[in-house]
Parts: sequence; structure tokens; C-alpha cells
Amino acid sequence: MTTEPTAVRTLNRKEFMSSQMIRWCPGCGDYAILAQAQTVFAELGIPRENFCVISGIGCSSRFPYYMETYGFHTIHGRAATIASGVKLANPELSVWIVTGDGDALAIGGNHTGHLLRRNIDVQVLLFNNRIYGLTKGQASPTSEFGKKTKSTPLGTVENPYNTAAFALGCGGTFVARTVDMFTAQMRDILRAAHAHRGTSFVEAYQTCEIFNDGAFVDLTDKASREEACLMLQNGAPMVYAGGKKGIRLEGLRPTIVELGERWSASDCLVHDETDDTLAGILARMERPFPVPMGILHRVQKPTYDALAAAQIAGARLKGKNPPIEDLLGGGDTWTVE
Amino acid sequence: MKPVETLEDVVIRFAGDSGDGMQIVGTQFTQTTARLGNDLATFPDYPAEIRAPSGTVAGVSGFQLHFSSIDISTPGDVPDALIAMNPAALKVNIGDLKPGGVVIVNTEKFVPREFEKAGYAADPLADGGLDKYQLVRVDMGRLTREAVAGLGLTNKDTDRCRNFFALGMTYWLYSRSIETTRDWIEQKFKDPWKQANLRALEAGWSYAETVEVFTSRYQIPAAKLPPGKYRNIVGNHAVALGLAAASARAEVPLFLGSYPITPATDILQYLAAFKAWGVQTFQAEDEIAAIGSAIGASYAGHIGVTTTSGPGMALKTEAIGLAIMTELPLVIVNVQRGGPSTGLPTKTEQSDLWQALVGRNGEAPLCVLAAASPADCFRMAVEAVRIATTYMTPVILLTDGYLANGSEPWRVSELSELPEMKVHFETNPEDYHAYGRDPVTGARPWVRPGTPKMENRIGGLEKQETTGNVSYDAVNHEVMVKARAQKIANIQVPDLEVHGDADGVLFVGWGSTYGAIRTAVDAARARGHRVAHAHLRYMNPLPANTAEVLRSFRRVVVPEMNLGQLSLWLRAQTGVGCISLPKVQGRMFKVSELIEAIALHGLEDAK
Repeated sequence: MTTEPTAVRTLNRKEFMSSQMIRWCPGCGDYAILAQAQTVFAELGIPRENFCVISGIGCSSRFPYYMETYGFHTIHGRAATIASGVKLANPELSVWIVTGDGDALAIGGNHTGHLLRRNIDVQVLLFNNRIYGLTKGQASPTSEFGKKTKSTPLGTVENPYNTAAFALGCGGTFVARTVDMFTAQMRDILRAAHAHRGTSFVEAYQTCEIFNDGAFVDLTDKASREEACLMLQNGAPMVYAGGKKGIRLEGLRPTIVELGERWSASDCLVHDETDDTLAGILARMERPFPVPMGILHRVQKPTYDALAAAQIAGARLKGKNPPIEDLLGGGDTWTVE
Repeated sequence: MKPVETLEDVVIRFAGDSGDGMQIVGTQFTQTTARLGNDLATFPDYPAEIRAPSGTVAGVSGFQLHFSSIDISTPGDVPDALIAMNPAALKVNIGDLKPGGVVIVNTEKFVPREFEKAGYAADPLADGGLDKYQLVRVDMGRLTREAVAGLGLTNKDTDRCRNFFALGMTYWLYSRSIETTRDWIEQKFKDPWKQANLRALEAGWSYAETVEVFTSRYQIPAAKLPPGKYRNIVGNHAVALGLAAASARAEVPLFLGSYPITPATDILQYLAAFKAWGVQTFQAEDEIAAIGSAIGASYAGHIGVTTTSGPGMALKTEAIGLAIMTELPLVIVNVQRGGPSTGLPTKTEQSDLWQALVGRNGEAPLCVLAAASPADCFRMAVEAVRIATTYMTPVILLTDGYLANGSEPWRVSELSELPEMKVHFETNPEDYHAYGRDPVTGARPWVRPGTPKMENRIGGLEKQETTGNVSYDAVNHEVMVKARAQKIANIQVPDLEVHGDADGVLFVGWGSTYGAIRTAVDAARARGHRVAHAHLRYMNPLPANTAEVLRSFRRVVVPEMNLGQLSLWLRAQTGVGCISLPKVQGRMFKVSELIEAIALHGLEDAK
């Protein structure tokens, strides 16, 4: 078993489609994400049996049932804990956590933070629709301040999580953001997430047509998306709006500049995925700034799973693979004749 | 030469401030005594606070040791000797001392300021209240300072050697050599502390030898234990060793997910030190993550284990249901403590039985085991792994604070003495069904992710029979509920054994009350009572002969450290009414209390 691309036969997307009927609502953004995941899984060169998809509870967490891989639909908020155990027990597996804004940031917020801090080599796909869908329309930890929902008829009185900033604050080594409609970017990010050694955290904005329709329409609508999105590319200047606008830093504050007469692309901030200060600035860029999309931050750091395995291997080597009898009969013993 | 008196058994108790090193001297006395071949049982008793205000009764830490030339199974009711390092230690413990017993007090601390902190109005050594004991006054502070003078120690470090002075004296009193402890100090400490502790230990021994403080000296010959290699073991250590041994026996790696909680933390610490044997430990961010990671490891083909105490069990409840639904092997160790809520973290209780048996949402049966003594924790941990892997089910192993920290000699097990454990990972995709069942056990196949052509999805939603696909079908749900219950009912457990006289009064116990009940029943039988003892290690399912055994006695009495949880469980399961004998004081039954109960319930049944 290995997760490295080997000479296995090329799989196709259909081989990752399970026989189970998909039960998401028509128009749900989850379909697009599922399709991209199936496509990317097929091209990674990993035997199908080495994928393990683990979810919590919520609409997005039905995901494993639709993937013809090993899958575990666990309990609310705890996917990260079960995935941690799976990866530590078998580091050869390619482990993918599928979760939502409520699952990962409300009931499971504690685990998400600790997973990122430990940098266990798994991928997290967080479907953020800024609403509770499966329970039919209550505010979520990413719902905008003042949002009116069934559980907040007069509007929420709490601030939402900034998901990317949360992930960075927890020590995330790979933090990316995309939206369900950006299929090509999503595939690129899934490939990069798989290649990254450590916890890869991917936030996918996702439309819930039933309970939060249009939440990301400005990001996806043809007319507005060039102004609304800042598509990040490592090493490239931050320009958007079809090259008409760019981002510069004044002190530590980003500013929007018109490109043309006074400023050109070469005056703009250049994206550096390894710069954690920059990552923090990008994560906090909200309206009127364009929303940064793509890989906000990517650094290589030791992973928990590799370090833990090395400790065990080291102890075994040092003890010369001691027999269990040494453990049972060790310590201070005496013999009765 | 002073006369040396030979005794069958002795109970001693060391007591001092929580910073006085009483647990260290207790453990050292135990190791030395074990080496001499005595049978023994120990019980440490310490406060929940690491350092309560010094000199107060809240901060008193104690260590009791019962050692003998005969077979014993409890740390003893009444100490024969008490070593009290300050007035608070005297105040807390003197009431337990046997009349005529030896009480050694450290007079350095018997001063007005300390009396006040301990809540004494006047000097307790001067008011005649100790007349019924052999009072031995020793200024351990001054004598220790003299012994370590010239080593350049600070006053604080000097005071820290005082416990070894007390230990040295006690060694002399019970004719033990200081050698084992000398070796230990030499390994454990660096100079100048090594020299200082050695000098204090030797000074204590010589002081007792030279100065006429004791009226006599005692010896306790070695006990006749079955032949074999022995080590002294506390329950938490035995659980850790049992889990590791079972993993080696089954040839399946062990994974522990755990979160520190008193009194279970030591199991995590022991297993974390077993890396050379391939044991993997994961200190999780909370109790839920701990069990989640263990479930994940089990799913991936390891023996997943989580260890905790009552409050942690409560947090794990939902995840236990997931393990039941996904039918994965899992071992959950609950080292019970006083509850509810935070309760009495360092005190013992058996009040989580119902929580273990029925404390989950839905119809969620699982196997519940209970260890009877510190050494028995090894055997029952092995059993937990065997049952979990054979029947693909979570198993709860109940121990408690008394077993966790109490110790007794354990005859070291050979791997070949352990029950056979044949773990089979299914790799044949032909006719494979995720929820197909073994016709005998009812277990579903264990398939590790990574096995080709057997990709499947499991989860907490109800499953269609055989295929394991999600199903909301009404009739299927009932079929599956019954299948999960049947699987637990299928578990083969040994019959309940009866020790003692037939058809009189039966005392039924479970867990850590074993030693006290057995000792009391034997003592009562020696006095002519018609009484017997049966001890449950398998709480669910109960041994097949349980109802038959209970019905064969005129009366069944159930002593337990709760308000009657086992007696109600027995009534529910067997229809036999039992008399509950509850004690919920965070403390073990005294043998004398049980003997009184036997006299009460068994008089009419006298031979």
C-alpha cells in the first residue's frame, strides 16, 4: 500500500461513484464538489482501496456514501478525531475529512483546532454554506452578523468565524479557499492538498439553494466575480478586475489601487504562500476588498503522524525489538520456588 | 538485644502532609516487603489537591500496607502501626489505629502553630488521649538535620529527607533491611541529595536500633505463594500490561486514545512508556477525541482503547453508541471514582455500573467486565480485548480508584498462558457483506481500509441487514436492534463460582470489594456461620448460571459501594430479590463491617 503515484492503472471518475442514490437537494453546491473530488481521486495514481473518506454530521457529511472508497460517516463534530486515529494507525491511507461549518466550527471546533495544531497528514474539505441545512435553516458559526434565520428571527447578535483566520491561528500549514462553482480551481486545490504533507485545510464556499440561496452569488456571478474575487497565484502580483485593479500594502494595511497611470502590476503585493504575516492579511481581507481565493498559505512542517511513528521506531530500535516477556516480567521481581 | 516477636500479618500506615513523601516511603516499604516474600496489599489515600495548605487535615496523604506470612487480599481494616509526620496526620488517622498499636510521631511538628493548623486546641500528645497506644516520640526533623549536616543542603532540601528517616525506623521495627531502598536511592538521586537521603535512611534505622524507643521488634516470615516469578503491581499498571499482552497475543497493534483524568491517568502514562513494544498512545484534546481516535484506530485495524473515569465516560457516551452501531472492537476502561459530576476524584466508588450497563441513547447493549483486585486487572484487560475482537463490540472494563492505586503481588504471566485470540481480517471479496454475520458469534467481518475490492461505507445511521447500506426501513431497524442485542447475549463467559457453604446466605460482590468480602466470609465461616461468597467479573452478559446460583441460597446479600446498583441489576436479570448492603463513603468496606453484616443476616443460618 502506498499513497505515492505508482504504475497502477489509471482510474476514471466513474470508478469513484458509489451505487448509492445521492440525496442532496437539486441545485446544491455539494454536487459540484463531489464531482471534482471523484475526478481528482481518479487521477492521483492511488489504488482506490487506499482512500478513506471520513465525515461528521450535516448535509456535506453524507459525502462518503457517494464515494466508492472506504468511508466512515461518524457523529456530529467528531470526524477529525476518528480520522486522526485512522491516519495514526495506518499512515499509508489517504485520509479525507468532509465537514461543514457547523460540524467543523461549532460542535467540532475544538477538534478542528487541535487537528491543525498537530498537523496530521490528512485533508479537510470544509463545505461552508453559512447556514444549518440538514436541520432546516438555523444560524451557523459562519452566518453573517445580523442574519435572520429560523433560530434568529430578529437577526444574529454574534460575529461569525473567519474560517481561514481560524485555521491559520491554529497553526494550519495549508490553508486554501475556493467556491463550489470554480471547478478548475477546486481541482487544482484538491491536487495540492493531497500533495501537501500535513493537515490540508480547504474551505469551499457552497451554496445552499434552499436555506441560504445566493450567499456567494457575487463571487460566482459572471458580472461581479472579477471584482469580487482575488485569484491568488504564488509568486504573482495580486491583480484583479481583469487587470484593472491591484492590492498594495501601506504599512501593514492592504489597499486597493487602480492600475494604469500611477500604479502597475509590478507595484502590487506579490503572493508568497510561505509568508504567515501575508496569510493573516489575506485571511482578513473582507468587503470592500476582493475575497482572496486559492492557496492562502502553504508551508512544510513536521507532521504528528511521522514524528509519532519515528518515536516508536526509535524506541524499538533502541530496545532491539524487545519481546513482550521483557515488559511483563520487567521491573522489580522476585521468584518463589 | 530486644525480643523479636513473630507475627502472621501486620498493617502499617504512613501519614503526613501531601508534600512529605509518604507515597514514596509507602512504595519503598512495599518493594522491600515484596522482595522478602510476604503476601501484601496496599492502599494509598491522598487528597485531590496536589498541595493543600501545609499542616491542615485537608492536605494529609496516607499510604497503608498490609503484609503477611498468610494469604491476604485486603490492605487491612485497622493499622497496627501509624507513622504520623505532623498533628494533622495524627488527627486524621489515629481513630483507625488498633488499641495497643504503635504510633510514631514526629515531635518536630508538634508545636502550637501546627496544632492550630490541624485544628487541635492543645497538644494531643499531652492530654492522655493516646494512653491506649504505644506512643513513640521522635524529633525526626532534628535527627535528620544532624544526619545530613555538612552536605550543603538548603533547609528545604534537608526537610525533604525526613521521610527516609521515618522509613529507616520502620524498617528496623519490622526487621527489614534497608538494601532495596538504598539501591533505589542510588539510582534515583544525584549527589548531594543521594548522600543525604541515604544518610537519613541509615540514621533512622540506627536510631531505632540504638535508642530504647520501641519495646519490641517484629518479624513476619515469608508467605507461601504458588511458585513463579512475581512483581508487585498496582491496578492501573496491571491494566496497561494486560492490554499490551493481549495485543501481543492477538498480534494486532494497540492504540490508546486518552485524556488525563484522575484516577485513570496512570494507564496513559504506563502505555506511553511501552513504545518499544509498538504501543501507540495519543493524548487527545478531550475525552471525546480520545474515544474518537480509538474508534478510528479500530476501524483501521488496531485494538483501539480509551481509558477514563466517570465524568469522562459521560462525555464518551455518544461515541460508544457509534462503536456499537458500526460494530467495531473497542475497549473502554472506566476507573471509577466518587460521583456524580466531579465528585470525589481521588476516592473510590462503584457507582458507574448502571452508566456502563445502560447509559446510552437507543438500544445500545455492550459487554461490561469488572476486575476484582489489582492483579486481576491484568486478566480482565486481556478478557476485554478477547471479547472485543471476537464479537466486534465495544467492551467496558470497570475498575476503580481502590484497584487503580492499590497493589498486590502478581505472578508474572507467560504469553502462552493467555487465552487464544484469533483475529481474522477479512480479505476475500467474494460473498463479502459489510454486515454479514458469523453464525456462532454474530460478529460482522473486520475489514481494514486498504484491502482491495472491499471498499465499503459505515456510519452511525441504521444499516440494512447484511449489506450495511443506510436503511430507514422500520422492520429492518427492529431486526438490527435484535441482532446487536443477540451478539452480546452470545458472548461466552465462565460460570459463577461459589466459595463457601451451600444453601445458607450468599454474599455476591463485584469489582474491588472482592478482598473484603472474601476475608469477611472466611472469618464468619470460621466462627460457624453458614455463608458463601460469589464474585461477578462479567456484568453483562452475566454468567449463564447466575440465576441458578442465586436461587440455591436462602438469602442473597449484595455489598457494594453505591446505593444498590448490582442488586437491582441482579433482580432484573434473574428475578431473585437481593438485599443490598450499600456503602457510599468513597472508601472500601472494612472487613469488620462485613462481618457485622454477616452476623446480622446470617444468624438464623448458623451451623
